[in-house]
Amino acid sequence: MSYVPLSLSDMIIAALLVIANGALSVALSLRFEWKLAIAIARMIVQLLLVSLLLRYVFAQTGIGWSLLVLSVMGAAAIAEGALRPERRFATLLLRVTSGSAAFAAGLLATLVALALVQPAVWYAPRYLVPLLGLIGGTAIAASALVIDAITHAAARERAQIETRLALGATRFAAFESVLLRAIGLGLLPLFVILSTAGIFNVPGMLAGQVLAGIDPVEAAKYQILLMLLIAGASATAAVAAGYVSVYLLTDDRDRLRLDRLTPQTKSRAKKLALPAWLSRRLRSLLRR
Amino acid sequence: MSKRGSGLLRVDALKIDPLPPLSFSVAKGECLAIEGPSGSGKTRLLRAIADLDRVRGHVYLDGAERNEMSGHAWRKLVRFASAEFAWWSDTARPAFPGEGTGASDKLARLLAALALEARVMDRPLNTLARGERQRLAFARALIDDPSVLLFDQPAMGLDPQLAALIEETIRYQILAGRIVLIAGNDRNQFDRLAHARLQLARPLPQRGATAS
Repeated sequence: MSYVPLSLSDMIIAALLVIANGALSVALSLRFEWKLAIAIARMIVQLLLVSLLLRYVFAQTGIGWSLLVLSVMGAAAIAEGALRPERRFATLLLRVTSGSAAFAAGLLATLVALALVQPAVWYAPRYLVPLLGLIGGTAIAASALVIDAITHAAARERAQIETRLALGATRFAAFESVLLRAIGLGLLPLFVILSTAGIFNVPGMLAGQVLAGIDPVEAAKYQILLMLLIAGASATAAVAAGYVSVYLLTDDRDRLRLDRLTPQTKSRAKKLALPAWLSRRLRSLLRR
Repeated sequence: MSKRGSGLLRVDALKIDPLPPLSFSVAKGECLAIEGPSGSGKTRLLRAIADLDRVRGHVYLDGAERNEMSGHAWRKLVRFASAEFAWWSDTARPAFPGEGTGASDKLARLLAALALEARVMDRPLNTLARGERQRLAFARALIDDPSVLLFDQPAMGLDPQLAALIEETIRYQILAGRIVLIAGNDRNQFDRLAHARLQLARPLPQRGATAS
């Protein structure tokens, strides 16, 4: 087994493409440069911190450590899934409830994975953490998309939903078309991942294992097992997040309750872009 | 509390801000007109009766308080019919309840009464005239025979001939024993249809206006 260690200059070259994209965003006023910069910086800090932490945690085998890591990951996952939507639920309780479906689905599938892989100490962080990260991560992404789509559509298609309610539809019947579209949207990334797997998208774990010198067929077997669990967890998370969101956006009298969402903020897109003076200057620089 | 089966819609201390609590009742086969300037709460009152908004107060139908049944069951009986009906399908057909015994007969009669040809049911809604869509929405609100009809400006924006057809259909519903409330500002129409009026004035209206 051999792998190529990475140097800092490798990282900087890889970052150039991202920087070019940021410049494109400024040039075309796409307003995602700030969002991208923050997300990238966050990703780097998170991965570095986690790797340092994991170096220590992976050396441990106690179940207490697993539970600790689990609860931290769970809290982060729920916050991520529930905070992403721009028109989000107004109270913390609603956010946690809407986001928790995905975490539950991810955790369940991870336990199945552990039962199948059968490591020596199944609850050791070394196995639990990466599996939950892979399976739960996709489930959270699917659920965040569904919650986002439903909270948006509930506000935008209020007239349609309330017409159906006025005609005597139950809350789930009134949200039927919204729910259908949101769940479809939430599962779209999963279908893209599944249908392109190995063709022009080599899954991260497979790539990592092959780069680390493991036989591609062995690596693929692991990847297939994981993909099946990812698919199961994501689909469950998307459906559950959809129904939970509709449940939270309506009440026991089948009324639409948009008051449970935060008011629409128009300044949000602005907040994510660079300050006006800076983007003006950058644009004039680029035009030259 | 009134006796069950008495055919009465009773509104008890319904609180529409900033109006004082409203109490009134409307009997079977009667029509109450709700008047008031824009923003006085006409639509909100109708929505509150249909339980579409969370509002303090009670509403009884035939002596039964609405919380005795589910929200959707209540709205099968107490129908809020807005002129701002929003469709959710490409054609009108899927929005109507499926074919049952006599359902297609009833639909045909209703469409004829509103001067609509049967084929508008299956034409793309976005190719129909606004007035056609509005009459289809009106038909949809009536087709499953709710006991109480809450019309919010039912003939809004229609030309006089079509408005007259809507009015005729409402008159027929009153004669057929429905409880009808109409919100709007068409005094002439109210003169012809309504048995009582409720005036929602913007400042402070009289307390507990009574009708019927």
